[in-house]
Amino acid sequence: MTLSAYIEGIGLLGPGLTGWSGSQAMLTGQRPCQPDKTVLPSPALLPAAERRRSGAIVKLTLAVGLEAINAAGLNAADLACVFSASGGDGENCHAICEMLATDDRQISPTRFHNSVHNTAAGYWSIATGAMSSASVLCAFDASFGAGLLEALSQVVADDARVVMLACDTAYPEPLNSARPINDAFGIALVLSPVQSEQALAKISVSLTDARADLLEDATLESLRASIPAARGLPLLCAVAMRNDACMVLDYLGDTRLSVAITPC
Amino acid sequence: MNPLWLSHFTATSSIGRGLEQTLAALRERRTGLAPCAFDTVELATFTGEVAGVDEVQLPAHLARFDCRNNRLAQLGLMQDGFAGAVHEAIAKYGAQRIGVFIGTSTSGILQTELAYRQRDAETGALPVDFIYGTTHNTFSVADFTRCYFGLTGPAVVVSSACSSSAKVFASARRMMKAGLIEAAVVGGVDSLCLTTLYGFNSLGLLSGQACRPYDAERNGLSIGEAAAFALLEHPPKNLCSDAVLLLGTGESSDAYHMSSPHPDGLGARMAMQDALNMAGLAPSDIDYINLHGTATLSNDAAEGLAVAALFGNGTPCSSTKGATGHTLGAAGGLEAVICALALQNGLLPAGLNTQQADSSLDYLLENREQPVARVLSNSFGFGGTNCSLIFGRADH
Repeated sequence: MTLSAYIEGIGLLGPGLTGWSGSQAMLTGQRPCQPDKTVLPSPALLPAAERRRSGAIVKLTLAVGLEAINAAGLNAADLACVFSASGGDGENCHAICEMLATDDRQISPTRFHNSVHNTAAGYWSIATGAMSSASVLCAFDASFGAGLLEALSQVVADDARVVMLACDTAYPEPLNSARPINDAFGIALVLSPVQSEQALAKISVSLTDARADLLEDATLESLRASIPAARGLPLLCAVAMRNDACMVLDYLGDTRLSVAITPC
Repeated sequence: MNPLWLSHFTATSSIGRGLEQTLAALRERRTGLAPCAFDTVELATFTGEVAGVDEVQLPAHLARFDCRNNRLAQLGLMQDGFAGAVHEAIAKYGAQRIGVFIGTSTSGILQTELAYRQRDAETGALPVDFIYGTTHNTFSVADFTRCYFGLTGPAVVVSSACSSSAKVFASARRMMKAGLIEAAVVGGVDSLCLTTLYGFNSLGLLSGQACRPYDAERNGLSIGEAAAFALLEHPPKNLCSDAVLLLGTGESSDAYHMSSPHPDGLGARMAMQDALNMAGLAPSDIDYINLHGTATLSNDAAEGLAVAALFGNGTPCSSTKGATGHTLGAAGGLEAVICALALQNGLLPAGLNTQQADSSLDYLLENREQPVARVLSNSFGFGGTNCSLIFGRADH
């Protein structure tokens, strides 16, 4: 069974990758990727109180999601959302666990409501006014693939236009040693059931047990292998190359995703 | 939508292990809530703790998953022949054609809370036997379920706070309709931990009494824990008359506030309406509503307004959280199973602990025995996430 959709907009933020449009030369191999630390913009759309309370995962989610939706010329409030992250707000989680290990366990209300996995989804809906459905997912290292399958299922089953956001941020120590993700990385894809003027490429996905493709650029391959959301980088490279392409993306252990890209 | 069949289902919570005990507790109006005695917690509150979770032993080859949440998951999977039913489904469809969709809010975070008490005094490092990925990580309970059955198809955790294990039904429905899978193990598992107990306490939302949903004198929630599962399949031609079907799902976001619902219950109303639309039903077709009913002032007020706006005041409804406590990410799954029991047994369960309902709704203070054809279940959560599910009997 193959699930297909049209990619209408892309958002990208990561080490040395400042936006989809600004990263084309790196993704097509014309310029080497310099893995400078990811710069997260302040989320201007959020009310001041929420902006102060928002952590890295919220800033990352808003930045890549809005880039993809603006590129597609769409309104965020009109799109169903799929948020997939291998973890939540790592700094916040560390602060809570640290406090709960002391005699004074009075964690703050803001810390608590920012501890839920759907924190970024909540802030997203407040920032954009989107009252549409939001699927908030986690599949550890398979989170990119899980988000992609859920988003494609919505496109195919419900004929819906969907924005899929796969975002990961780092834990501080001591959790970072147990879960080493070293920087923030996010990909957003606007997916549509129909081919419109703004369509960039058609994407078709099925399950496979074939081996996953690696990236030629050592820096990009290192990102792909070390940050779950970056497991989708080969897909973005293929769209940037504007050629027909087939690849295998890592997903769950020996269950992987066979992806075909056809430029529009 | 084309209805989906809950071919097998089971629930384990503070009111019982498996369907028989759960139904008996509902019939006898027995609560599982008791003064909190969990771990080192010093809070004057009630919890719905599942007895015997600490004694559960995971199989040796799954030892890396060992934590309270996965022990509770296994305890749940072992009830009512559910594990056997999944193995039969694997034989029928194949291991890659069955998806796993589990809702949880905190998964195995307790393991990390405990590890932080044992950090190295000099380096601050966590203990060497701490394994993040298969315990703390939000996905670990779906990963555990997948490995427990040897499933190789799509697997995911839905973690949208207290709507999580209602929304798994919606995600599974879509993937089945899209044709990527033939069947799905859906469920919710959430277990007691310090983050939620001290967290809800910090918000002033924990009651000092056993929670009293929709009561005029309600003053907060009681936290519980549960594991509930269902096996979803496309219905065969000939179903038993009391077979339970998923008829509709509705989802929305409040776009309002991180920890308070929209005061008029606007998002809640949209989710209920969408579920009715998908099922092709009118409000008058619903015989019972299992309310989210957390017993916080704001949730019950907002939900009550939303229900009244859509259904009027004539539809019998209750929150079963007075019995089970609020099982957070497991609530949608647990209450889906309670709805299935209501349909099969003609039982509308009363809301326990509530003395005077603070609502114009037909809030059930006593059990009612009557034929039940279709029911709606609400699950809402932090971040303004809403999900409504509609279930019905096959003979209607």
